[in-house]
Amino acid sequence: MDGVHDLGGLDGFGPVEHPPSEPFFAEDWERRAFRLTLAVNGALRVPGGRFRHSIERMDPAHYLGSSYYEHWLTSAATLAVESGKVTHEELEERAGGRFPISRPDRGTPPEDRTERIEPRFAVGDRVRVREWHPAGHTRAPRYVQGKRGVVVRVDGAFNVPDIEAHGGGFVRDPTYSVRFTSQELWGDGGASGETMHVDLWERYLEEDA
Amino acid sequence: MTTTHHHHHPEELAPIEARVAAIEAVLVEKGIVDVEAIDAIVRNFEDNLGPMNGAKVVARAWTDPDYKARLLQDGTAAIADLGFGGPEGDHMVVVENTPDVHNLVVCTLCSCYPWPVLGLPPKWYKAPAYRSRAVREPRALLAEMGTVVPDDVEIRVWDSSAEIRYLVLPMRPDGTDAMTDDELANIVTRDSMIGVERL
Repeated sequence: MDGVHDLGGLDGFGPVEHPPSEPFFAEDWERRAFRLTLAVNGALRVPGGRFRHSIERMDPAHYLGSSYYEHWLTSAATLAVESGKVTHEELEERAGGRFPISRPDRGTPPEDRTERIEPRFAVGDRVRVREWHPAGHTRAPRYVQGKRGVVVRVDGAFNVPDIEAHGGGFVRDPTYSVRFTSQELWGDGGASGETMHVDLWERYLEEDA
Repeated sequence: MTTTHHHHHPEELAPIEARVAAIEAVLVEKGIVDVEAIDAIVRNFEDNLGPMNGAKVVARAWTDPDYKARLLQDGTAAIADLGFGGPEGDHMVVVENTPDVHNLVVCTLCSCYPWPVLGLPPKWYKAPAYRSRAVREPRALLAEMGTVVPDDVEIRVWDSSAEIRYLVLPMRPDGTDAMTDDELANIVTRDSMIGVERL
Protein backbone atom coordinates (compact mmCIF):
# COMPACT_ATOMS: atom_id res chain seq x y z
CA MET A 1 0.00 0.00 0.00
CA ASP A 2 1.14 3.54 -0.57
CA GLY A 3 1.30 4.07 3.17
CA VAL A 4 3.11 6.57 5.29
CA HIS A 5 5.74 3.89 6.05
CA ASP A 6 6.88 4.13 2.40
CA LEU A 7 9.15 7.06 3.16
CA GLY A 8 11.73 7.12 0.35
CA GLY A 9 11.98 10.65 -1.02
CA LEU A 10 9.40 12.37 1.20
CA ASP A 11 10.33 15.85 2.34
CA GLY A 12 9.97 17.75 5.56
CA PHE A 13 11.30 15.52 8.32
CA GLY A 14 14.26 17.73 9.18
CA PRO A 15 17.75 16.82 10.37
CA VAL A 16 18.99 13.42 11.55
CA GLU A 17 20.32 13.44 15.11
CA HIS A 18 22.77 10.60 15.46
CA PRO A 19 24.49 10.01 18.79
CA PRO A 20 27.58 7.79 18.35
CA SER A 21 26.09 4.98 20.42
CA GLU A 22 22.82 4.00 22.05
CA PRO A 23 21.86 1.51 24.75
CA PHE A 24 20.53 -1.76 23.32
CA PHE A 25 17.12 -0.71 24.68
CA ALA A 26 16.61 2.85 25.92
CA GLU A 27 13.76 1.94 28.26
CA ASP A 28 12.48 -1.23 29.86
CA TRP A 29 9.13 -1.09 28.03
CA GLU A 30 11.01 -1.16 24.70
CA ARG A 31 12.71 -4.38 25.71
CA ARG A 32 9.35 -5.83 26.76
CA ALA A 33 7.71 -4.73 23.49
CA PHE A 34 10.55 -6.32 21.51
CA ARG A 35 10.28 -9.57 23.49
CA LEU A 36 6.50 -9.58 23.16
CA THR A 37 6.68 -9.10 19.40
CA LEU A 38 9.06 -12.03 19.00
CA ALA A 39 6.72 -14.11 21.18
CA VAL A 40 3.53 -13.17 19.31
CA ASN A 41 5.10 -13.63 15.88
CA GLY A 42 6.32 -17.06 16.95
CA ALA A 43 3.14 -18.21 18.71
CA LEU A 44 0.81 -17.04 15.93
CA ARG A 45 3.22 -18.09 13.15
CA VAL A 46 3.17 -14.64 11.63
CA PRO A 47 5.08 -14.41 8.33
CA GLY A 48 7.44 -11.45 8.00
CA GLY A 49 5.24 -9.79 5.40
CA ARG A 50 2.19 -9.99 7.63
CA PHE A 51 4.15 -8.58 10.58
CA ARG A 52 5.39 -5.62 8.53
CA HIS A 53 1.95 -5.00 7.08
CA SER A 54 0.37 -4.92 10.53
CA ILE A 55 2.58 -1.88 11.19
CA GLU A 56 1.93 -0.35 7.77
CA ARG A 57 -1.81 -0.41 8.57
CA MET A 58 -1.37 1.89 11.58
CA ASP A 59 -3.18 5.19 11.42
CA PRO A 60 -0.68 7.48 9.64
CA ALA A 61 -0.71 10.09 12.41
CA HIS A 62 -0.09 7.37 15.00
CA TYR A 63 2.71 5.88 12.89
CA LEU A 64 4.55 9.18 12.51
CA GLY A 65 3.86 10.30 16.06
CA SER A 66 5.06 7.17 17.83
CA SER A 67 8.43 5.59 18.36
CA TYR A 68 9.64 2.42 16.75
CA TYR A 69 8.85 -0.01 19.54
CA GLU A 70 5.36 1.45 19.84
CA HIS A 71 4.95 0.29 16.22
CA TRP A 72 5.96 -3.19 17.34
CA LEU A 73 3.59 -3.08 20.31
CA THR A 74 0.74 -1.97 18.05
CA SER A 75 1.56 -4.83 15.69
CA ALA A 76 1.46 -7.38 18.51
CA ALA A 77 -1.90 -6.05 19.74
CA THR A 78 -3.36 -5.95 16.23
CA LEU A 79 -2.26 -9.49 15.36
CA ALA A 80 -3.44 -10.84 18.72
CA VAL A 81 -6.88 -9.27 18.28
CA GLU A 82 -7.13 -10.40 14.64
CA SER A 83 -6.25 -13.95 15.70
CA GLY A 84 -9.46 -13.98 17.75
CA LYS A 85 -7.60 -15.09 20.87
CA VAL A 86 -8.05 -11.77 22.66
CA THR A 87 -10.40 -8.86 22.19
CA HIS A 88 -9.59 -5.20 21.84
CA GLU A 89 -11.87 -4.53 24.81
CA GLU A 90 -9.86 -6.88 27.02
CA LEU A 91 -6.65 -5.06 26.16
CA GLU A 92 -8.13 -1.61 26.82
CA GLU A 93 -9.74 -2.72 30.05
CA ARG A 94 -6.49 -4.15 31.31
CA ALA A 95 -4.45 -1.15 30.15
CA GLY A 96 -6.90 1.26 31.77
CA GLY A 97 -7.24 3.45 28.70
CA ARG A 98 -7.25 3.61 24.93
CA PHE A 99 -5.00 1.05 23.22
CA PRO A 100 -4.84 1.92 19.51
CA ILE A 101 -4.51 -0.93 17.03
CA SER A 102 -4.02 -0.86 13.26
CA ARG A 103 -6.70 -0.48 10.63
CA PRO A 104 -8.20 -3.61 9.00
CA ASP A 105 -6.22 -5.46 6.34
CA ARG A 106 -7.53 -4.42 2.91
CA GLY A 107 -5.03 -6.49 0.95
CA THR A 108 -5.55 -9.74 -0.91
CA PRO A 109 -2.84 -12.07 -2.18
CA PRO A 110 -1.93 -11.49 -5.84
CA GLU A 111 -3.54 -13.90 -8.32
CA ASP A 112 -0.23 -15.11 -9.72
CA ARG A 113 1.11 -17.50 -7.09
CA THR A 114 3.42 -19.43 -9.37
CA GLU A 115 6.73 -20.29 -7.76
CA ARG A 116 9.80 -19.39 -9.79
CA ILE A 117 13.34 -20.26 -8.81
CA GLU A 118 15.41 -19.77 -11.98
CA PRO A 119 16.16 -16.07 -12.48
CA ARG A 120 14.78 -14.57 -15.67
CA PHE A 121 17.12 -11.57 -15.57
CA ALA A 122 20.92 -11.38 -15.42
CA VAL A 123 23.41 -8.77 -14.25
CA GLY A 124 23.42 -5.90 -16.74
CA ASP A 125 19.82 -6.38 -17.87
CA ARG A 126 17.72 -3.24 -18.14
CA VAL A 127 14.44 -3.52 -16.26
CA ARG A 128 11.43 -1.39 -15.40
CA VAL A 129 9.57 -1.70 -12.13
CA ARG A 130 5.89 -2.41 -12.66
CA GLU A 131 3.45 0.15 -11.35
CA TRP A 132 0.41 -1.17 -9.54
CA HIS A 133 0.10 0.40 -6.09
CA PRO A 134 -1.63 -2.52 -4.32
CA ALA A 135 -4.04 -2.08 -1.41
CA GLY A 136 -2.03 -4.62 0.58
CA HIS A 137 1.59 -5.33 1.39
CA THR A 138 4.44 -5.00 -1.08
CA ARG A 139 8.18 -4.44 -0.92
CA ALA A 140 8.29 -2.41 -4.12
CA PRO A 141 8.72 1.10 -2.72
CA ARG A 142 6.59 3.81 -4.34
CA TYR A 143 9.68 5.80 -5.31
CA VAL A 144 10.82 3.11 -7.76
CA GLN A 145 7.46 1.93 -9.17
CA GLY A 146 7.42 2.74 -12.88
CA LYS A 147 11.16 3.56 -12.88
CA ARG A 148 13.91 2.11 -15.07
CA GLY A 149 17.12 0.58 -13.77
CA VAL A 150 19.83 -2.01 -14.31
CA VAL A 151 20.25 -5.35 -12.52
CA VAL A 152 23.52 -5.32 -10.56
CA ARG A 153 23.13 -8.51 -8.52
CA VAL A 154 21.07 -11.72 -8.57
CA ASP A 155 20.32 -12.93 -5.03
CA GLY A 156 18.41 -16.20 -5.23
CA ALA A 157 14.74 -16.93 -4.58
CA PHE A 158 12.82 -15.89 -1.46
CA ASN A 159 9.19 -15.97 -0.32
CA VAL A 160 7.13 -13.23 -1.95
CA PRO A 161 6.02 -10.90 0.86
CA ASP A 162 2.93 -9.70 -1.04
CA ILE A 163 1.62 -13.29 -0.98
CA GLU A 164 2.62 -14.38 2.54
CA ALA A 165 1.28 -11.16 4.07
CA HIS A 166 -2.29 -11.98 3.05
CA GLY A 167 -2.58 -15.69 3.72
CA GLY A 168 -1.49 -16.81 0.27
CA GLY A 169 1.20 -19.17 1.52
CA PHE A 170 4.91 -19.31 0.83
CA VAL A 171 5.81 -18.85 -2.81
CA ARG A 172 9.35 -18.08 -3.87
CA ASP A 173 10.51 -15.75 -6.58
CA PRO A 174 14.06 -14.64 -7.51
CA THR A 175 15.25 -11.32 -6.11
CA TYR A 176 17.62 -8.76 -7.60
CA SER A 177 19.46 -5.61 -6.66
CA VAL A 178 18.51 -2.97 -9.22
CA ARG A 179 20.47 0.26 -9.72
CA PHE A 180 18.65 3.52 -10.47
CA THR A 181 20.18 6.87 -11.27
CA SER A 182 19.15 9.79 -9.11
CA GLN A 183 17.78 11.57 -12.20
CA GLU A 184 15.60 8.56 -13.10
CA LEU A 185 14.03 8.72 -9.65
CA TRP A 186 13.91 12.45 -9.04
CA GLY A 187 13.98 13.98 -12.50
CA ASP A 188 15.50 17.43 -12.71
CA GLY A 189 15.81 17.37 -8.92
CA GLY A 190 18.22 14.44 -9.10
CA ALA A 191 21.97 14.68 -8.60
CA SER A 192 24.91 13.34 -10.59
CA GLY A 193 27.15 10.84 -8.87
CA GLU A 194 24.41 9.37 -6.69
CA THR A 195 22.85 5.98 -7.43
CA MET A 196 20.18 4.10 -5.53
CA HIS A 197 20.00 0.31 -5.33
CA VAL A 198 16.75 -1.35 -4.40
CA ASP A 199 16.25 -5.08 -3.80
CA LEU A 200 13.22 -6.31 -5.73
CA TRP A 201 11.35 -9.55 -6.36
CA GLU A 202 11.24 -10.71 -9.98
CA ARG A 203 7.47 -10.28 -10.27
CA TYR A 204 7.89 -6.58 -9.56
CA LEU A 205 9.99 -6.23 -12.71
CA GLU A 206 9.51 -6.29 -16.45
CA GLU A 207 11.99 -6.15 -19.28
CA ASP A 208 12.82 -2.58 -20.33
CA ALA A 209 12.74 -2.99 -24.08
CA MET B 1 -22.58 -5.99 13.61
CA THR B 2 -19.86 -7.47 15.72
CA THR B 3 -19.47 -6.73 19.40
CA THR B 4 -16.54 -4.50 18.53
CA HIS B 5 -18.95 -1.87 17.28
CA HIS B 6 -20.69 -1.69 20.65
CA HIS B 7 -17.47 -1.18 22.48
CA HIS B 8 -16.80 2.38 23.54
CA HIS B 9 -13.11 3.03 23.40
CA PRO B 10 -11.77 5.03 26.33
CA GLU B 11 -10.87 8.57 25.39
CA GLU B 12 -7.69 8.71 27.40
CA LEU B 13 -4.72 6.96 25.81
CA ALA B 14 -3.23 4.37 28.14
CA PRO B 15 0.45 5.08 28.87
CA ILE B 16 2.83 2.99 26.79
CA GLU B 17 4.10 1.07 29.83
CA ALA B 18 0.51 0.18 30.75
CA ARG B 19 -0.23 -1.02 27.23
CA VAL B 20 2.85 -3.24 27.17
CA ALA B 21 2.08 -4.66 30.60
CA ALA B 22 -1.58 -5.23 29.67
CA ILE B 23 -1.06 -7.21 26.50
CA GLU B 24 1.78 -9.20 28.01
CA ALA B 25 -0.39 -10.13 31.01
CA VAL B 26 -3.40 -11.09 28.90
CA LEU B 27 -1.39 -13.22 26.47
CA VAL B 28 0.56 -14.96 29.22
CA GLU B 29 -2.58 -15.67 31.29
CA LYS B 30 -4.25 -17.22 28.27
CA GLY B 31 -1.20 -19.36 27.61
CA ILE B 32 -0.71 -17.88 24.16
CA VAL B 33 2.88 -16.77 24.67
CA ASP B 34 5.73 -17.74 26.97
CA VAL B 35 7.72 -14.53 27.39
CA GLU B 36 10.22 -16.10 29.78
CA ALA B 37 11.33 -18.48 27.05
CA ILE B 38 11.78 -15.53 24.71
CA ASP B 39 13.64 -13.59 27.39
CA ALA B 40 16.66 -15.85 27.01
CA ILE B 41 16.77 -15.03 23.30
CA VAL B 42 16.60 -11.31 24.01
CA ARG B 43 19.33 -11.60 26.68
CA ASN B 44 21.50 -13.45 24.19
CA PHE B 45 21.01 -10.62 21.69
CA GLU B 46 21.88 -8.01 24.31
CA ASP B 47 25.01 -9.88 25.36
CA ASN B 48 26.33 -10.88 21.96
CA LEU B 49 25.13 -8.61 19.15
CA GLY B 50 26.58 -5.22 18.36
CA PRO B 51 28.96 -3.19 16.22
CA MET B 52 31.95 -4.80 17.98
CA ASN B 53 31.24 -7.86 15.81
CA GLY B 54 31.17 -5.92 12.55
CA ALA B 55 34.34 -4.12 13.64
CA LYS B 56 36.15 -7.47 13.90
CA VAL B 57 35.02 -8.35 10.38
CA VAL B 58 36.28 -5.03 9.04
CA ALA B 59 39.61 -5.25 10.86
CA ARG B 60 40.19 -8.75 9.51
CA ALA B 61 39.38 -7.61 5.98
CA TRP B 62 41.90 -4.78 6.33
CA THR B 63 44.74 -7.09 7.34
CA ASP B 64 43.96 -10.27 5.40
CA PRO B 65 43.53 -9.83 1.62
CA ASP B 66 42.24 -13.39 1.16
CA TYR B 67 39.60 -12.86 3.83
CA LYS B 68 38.60 -9.56 2.24
CA ALA B 69 38.19 -11.23 -1.14
CA ARG B 70 35.97 -13.91 0.39
CA LEU B 71 34.01 -11.31 2.36
CA LEU B 72 33.17 -9.39 -0.79
CA GLN B 73 32.41 -12.60 -2.69
CA ASP B 74 30.23 -14.31 -0.05
CA GLY B 75 29.59 -12.04 2.92
CA THR B 76 27.44 -14.51 4.85
CA ALA B 77 30.07 -17.27 4.77
CA ALA B 78 33.03 -15.02 5.56
CA ILE B 79 31.17 -13.42 8.47
CA ALA B 80 30.21 -16.88 9.74
CA ASP B 81 33.94 -17.77 9.73
CA LEU B 82 34.35 -15.24 12.56
CA GLY B 83 31.39 -16.75 14.43
CA PHE B 84 28.65 -14.27 13.53
CA GLY B 85 25.28 -15.11 12.01
CA GLY B 86 21.60 -15.62 12.74
CA PRO B 87 18.36 -13.70 12.31
CA GLU B 88 18.69 -10.62 10.07
CA GLY B 89 22.12 -11.82 9.01
CA ASP B 90 21.38 -14.93 6.99
CA HIS B 91 22.03 -13.22 3.64
CA MET B 92 24.82 -10.68 3.92
CA VAL B 93 26.30 -8.50 1.22
CA VAL B 94 29.38 -6.42 2.05
CA VAL B 95 29.91 -3.28 -0.03
CA GLU B 96 33.40 -1.79 -0.18
CA ASN B 97 34.26 1.89 0.04
CA THR B 98 37.08 2.93 -2.31
CA PRO B 99 38.63 6.28 -3.26
CA ASP B 100 35.92 6.51 -5.96
CA VAL B 101 32.87 5.02 -4.24
CA HIS B 102 31.14 5.65 -0.92
CA ASN B 103 28.35 3.28 0.18
CA LEU B 104 25.36 4.08 2.37
CA VAL B 105 22.77 1.65 3.78
CA VAL B 106 19.12 2.43 4.51
CA CYS B 107 15.75 0.70 4.81
CA THR B 108 13.15 3.12 3.46
CA LEU B 109 10.18 0.80 4.17
CA CYS B 110 10.95 -0.28 7.75
CA SER B 111 14.12 -0.96 9.68
CA CYS B 112 16.07 -3.83 8.06
CA TYR B 113 19.57 -3.95 9.55
CA PRO B 114 22.27 -6.64 9.94
CA TRP B 115 21.68 -7.65 13.58
CA PRO B 116 24.54 -10.17 14.02
CA VAL B 117 27.24 -7.69 13.02
CA LEU B 118 25.73 -4.35 14.12
CA GLY B 119 23.12 -5.19 16.78
CA LEU B 120 19.68 -3.63 16.74
CA PRO B 121 19.36 -0.45 14.66
CA PRO B 122 19.80 2.93 16.35
CA LYS B 123 16.72 5.12 16.69
CA TRP B 124 17.70 7.54 13.92
CA TYR B 125 18.10 4.68 11.42
CA LYS B 126 14.42 3.78 11.95
CA ALA B 127 13.15 7.37 11.97
CA PRO B 128 11.46 9.12 9.01
CA ALA B 129 14.15 11.77 8.46
CA TYR B 130 16.91 9.28 7.66
CA ARG B 131 14.69 6.86 5.73
CA SER B 132 13.18 9.57 3.54
CA ARG B 133 16.33 11.55 2.76
CA ALA B 134 18.98 8.86 2.28
CA VAL B 135 17.63 7.97 -1.17
CA ARG B 136 16.70 11.51 -2.17
CA GLU B 137 19.72 13.62 -1.25
CA PRO B 138 22.40 11.36 0.27
CA ARG B 139 25.34 13.72 -0.25
CA ALA B 140 23.55 16.65 1.37
CA LEU B 141 22.28 14.44 4.19
CA LEU B 142 25.75 13.04 4.91
CA ALA B 143 27.29 16.53 4.91
CA GLU B 144 24.65 17.61 7.38
CA MET B 145 25.55 14.63 9.55
CA GLY B 146 29.19 15.73 9.52
CA THR B 147 30.47 13.50 6.72
CA VAL B 148 31.56 15.36 3.62
CA VAL B 149 31.85 13.06 0.62
CA PRO B 150 33.82 14.83 -2.14
CA ASP B 151 31.83 15.58 -5.30
CA ASP B 152 34.01 13.28 -7.41
CA VAL B 153 33.19 10.28 -5.20
CA GLU B 154 30.10 8.35 -6.30
CA ILE B 155 27.59 7.67 -3.53
CA ARG B 156 25.88 4.29 -3.79
CA VAL B 157 22.81 3.95 -1.61
CA TRP B 158 21.56 0.44 -0.77
CA ASP B 159 17.89 0.17 0.22
CA SER B 160 17.46 -3.11 2.15
CA SER B 161 14.02 -3.80 0.72
CA ALA B 162 14.22 -7.61 0.41
CA GLU B 163 16.20 -10.34 2.22
CA ILE B 164 19.77 -9.07 1.84
CA ARG B 165 21.32 -7.20 4.75
CA TYR B 166 24.24 -4.87 4.04
CA LEU B 167 27.49 -4.04 5.79
CA VAL B 168 29.77 -1.26 4.55
CA LEU B 169 33.49 -2.03 4.49
CA PRO B 170 35.07 1.36 5.24
CA MET B 171 38.47 2.37 3.85
CA ARG B 172 41.37 1.73 6.21
CA PRO B 173 42.59 5.08 7.55
CA ASP B 174 46.15 6.22 6.90
CA GLY B 175 48.66 5.83 9.70
CA THR B 176 47.26 2.52 10.95
CA ASP B 177 49.90 0.21 9.47
CA ALA B 178 51.37 -0.74 12.84
CA MET B 179 48.05 -1.56 14.48
CA THR B 180 46.99 -5.06 15.47
CA ASP B 181 43.59 -6.48 14.47
CA ASP B 182 42.23 -5.65 17.94
CA GLU B 183 43.49 -2.07 17.74
CA LEU B 184 42.01 -1.70 14.28
CA ALA B 185 38.65 -3.06 15.44
CA ASN B 186 38.60 -0.38 18.13
CA ILE B 187 38.66 2.44 15.57
CA VAL B 188 35.81 1.00 13.46
CA THR B 189 32.55 2.72 14.37
CA ARG B 190 28.94 1.62 13.94
CA ASP B 191 28.27 4.64 11.74
CA SER B 192 31.17 3.84 9.41
CA MET B 193 29.67 0.40 8.77
CA ILE B 194 26.28 1.95 7.92
CA GLY B 195 28.06 4.48 5.73
CA VAL B 196 27.10 7.69 7.51
CA GLU B 197 30.71 8.24 8.60
CA ARG B 198 34.12 8.03 6.93
CA LEU B 199 37.05 6.96 9.11
